Amino acid sequence: MAQAFFGGVHPNDMKAATNEKAIEQLAPPAQVVIPMSMHFGAPCTPLVKAGDTVKVGQKIGEFHGLGAPIHASVSGTVKAVESRPYSMGGNITSVIIDNDFQNTVSEEVVAPADPDALSVEEMVEIVKNAGIVGMGGATFPTHVKISGGIGKVDHVIINGAECEPYITGDHRTMLERPEEIIGGCVYLAKMFGVDKVTIGVEDNKQNGIDAMNRVIAEMKAPVVVEPLHCRYPQGGEKQLCQAVTGKQVPPGGLPSNIGCAVFNINTTCAIYRAIKTGMPVVNKIVTVSGSGVIEPKNIECPIGTPVSLLFDACGGLKDNTYKIIAGGPMMGMAQYTCDVPVGKGTGAMLAFCEDEEQTVENPQCIRCGKCVSVCPMHLEPLFMYQYAAKGMVEELDAAHVMDCMECGACAYACPARMHLTHMFKTGKQLVKNKAAADKAAAEAKKAAAEKKEA
Amino acid sequence: MTDYKNLKLIATSNPHIRNNETTQTIMRDVIVAMLPALIMGIVRFGVEALILTAVSVAACVFFEGMYRKLMHKPQSVADLSAVVTGMLLAFVCPVTTPVWMILIGDFFAIIVVKQLFGGIGKNFINPALAGRAFLLGSYAGAMTSWIDPVANKAPIMGGLTDVVTTATPLAYMKTGDIEGLKAAYEIKDVLLGTKIGGSMGEISAILLILGGVYLIVRKVINWQTPVAYIGTVAVLTFLFPKGSASGLEWMLYSLFSGGLMLGAFFMATDYATSPVTKKGQLVFGIGCGIFTVLIRYFGSYPEGVCYSIMVMNLCVALIDKWTKPTRFGVVKSDKKEAAAK
Repeated sequence: MAQAFFGGVHPNDMKAATNEKAIEQLAPPAQVVIPMSMHFGAPCTPLVKAGDTVKVGQKIGEFHGLGAPIHASVSGTVKAVESRPYSMGGNITSVIIDNDFQNTVSEEVVAPADPDALSVEEMVEIVKNAGIVGMGGATFPTHVKISGGIGKVDHVIINGAECEPYITGDHRTMLERPEEIIGGCVYLAKMFGVDKVTIGVEDNKQNGIDAMNRVIAEMKAPVVVEPLHCRYPQGGEKQLCQAVTGKQVPPGGLPSNIGCAVFNINTTCAIYRAIKTGMPVVNKIVTVSGSGVIEPKNIECPIGTPVSLLFDACGGLKDNTYKIIAGGPMMGMAQYTCDVPVGKGTGAMLAFCEDEEQTVENPQCIRCGKCVSVCPMHLEPLFMYQYAAKGMVEELDAAHVMDCMECGACAYACPARMHLTHMFKTGKQLVKNKAAADKAAAEAKKAAAEKKEA
Repeated sequence: MTDYKNLKLIATSNPHIRNNETTQTIMRDVIVAMLPALIMGIVRFGVEALILTAVSVAACVFFEGMYRKLMHKPQSVADLSAVVTGMLLAFVCPVTTPVWMILIGDFFAIIVVKQLFGGIGKNFINPALAGRAFLLGSYAGAMTSWIDPVANKAPIMGGLTDVVTTATPLAYMKTGDIEGLKAAYEIKDVLLGTKIGGSMGEISAILLILGGVYLIVRKVINWQTPVAYIGTVAVLTFLFPKGSASGLEWMLYSLFSGGLMLGAFFMATDYATSPVTKKGQLVFGIGCGIFTVLIRYFGSYPEGVCYSIMVMNLCVALIDKWTKPTRFGVVKSDKKEAAAK
């Protein structure tokens, strides 16, 4: 068993609702809404306009700077290019495609003649053109992570922790498509030039571990499956690095600072598919679960499928549903509408109708210190909360609020039900605003001084 | 099918699920943990012990509720913390404390110490201990007369006339009268709480330990504070026995007499007035232990638990500052390098 990380909580994993249900294919949606920003970085420019005909896998959005391209997930006609709500917040320019149900594959999708003979540069290029991003939810462009890490990384880690409650997409992938995961690991090992890839999996997925070990043995792949203790946030990038290597990513740093690169299970499969078949990211496995869903399921659907279709495929929602969450219950984002589409980082859609939230009026901190003992980043949430609430920005920054990764462990554990995570999101913005204001003031002063001299 | 347009959705920040533990369940656990000691008090001293506790609890809840209402603040009696304070204050008073006196103590604890500083979590000193200290300073005689539970049950509704009082183990220990102590009480008497006099809820060390272990198992308190506290007292008393006692004998009498167990498990672990990190709680416990032994050896009172915890309460802000967790990603060797530069 690998070493542990500091802190963490043990929420009820709620995975029993879907972890024995095979991944189902959604009936093709009549229309998809593909947002032009499903990655960390600047939005893509749409390459199509209303009336254009598109095919599956055709590039419809081009990225600039940090980003990844976006592809059509169904074939058909572009109905409109307009602003639509997106699950990561706000409205975003989206390409709306009416499905012709022909599923015609674009000529752009070409499988390499011999995938095993590709050079590292060619493989990275394929990953880039396939629009692959961190599909666990962070949506960082994968080709940037790979090209930036080559030469620096000696630990390639695959994140199969799936520590968020309810979500079972990765678990089902391990059971149903282990050869894609292991195949992707082999390509990653080749790209990074390492002789071993580690897959970290929480030990509540023993059958998934066994399934992957069987494939590893058959393929004699340079891959090791490392069982990890069940503890949230085991799947946090920094926590996973710590659990697998024992090393800590320095403050403000990235896993590559300690020679690690972390990829999600889904991302690994996408890399495998892109290199093997040339098919870019057009589908996503989504766990639809929660107390408000009549029949929870794991569903594979085209990117851009409206989430209401996913709920329909699960028998619909209960009438008293009060919350829809894109992602897991610990870090997912609550939605104000069901009109949002499935994006590259949407691993789950949850609906709650019971008292999961457990809010109280006028929460009062009792100083129990439980938030301190569960914080995986070694912060002291109760003090940070006070600083943020009182607008004490300097103290807030000195308490390292910027290290907070908003995992929600403190708020989960808080017996007083303080809105800790919410306050830190606000607090981080305060710190950023102050830094920007300070910078602007310093520049203005400098400009004034120069003017005086001149 | 579902009418998605008309769902009434709320969009709040993550996390969207919460642990089932609340302030109320924590306080309920503390109350449960104190029940064995309360039953022992009733068995040894009679129904007067129950009346004293009930009055104190009712008064604390009343004072808290009235204050919140009159000051137009959100009501907070449902969190049960006032019940805990009421029980604790009754536990640290002699069973013969008149009702009016405990009411004054309750008022001081709830209104002056807790509510005037902002209510739960904001007070800087333990309310029950402050209430006791206030009563001890104001009514020293009544607060230090201990009836003999063997000779008589306490008379209903107070009054010390006609009752037989007794010397507590701590009184013998203060004067260094080891022979007298051993003749009066065996170690098992102080451990179990049979025969000895003392504050109403403090007499049975073993039942308080039982309650403390329950709290640790339920993860209401961390082991750090009580273990550091009791451990420090054990080491110091073992090394420096008084009179003709052997180190071990003296240590056992010291540990099980007086309010050490109640203080270590129920008072020093009070969230609002103890450090928030486990490292800080160790420091806090050690400090409490040192002050307790110093007061017992050199102070003018036989018991030092109350004042030592209060002194350490005042140091909590400093301890919190010194025992901040090391920032994630900063390892010890980095720190040394930074220091070298």
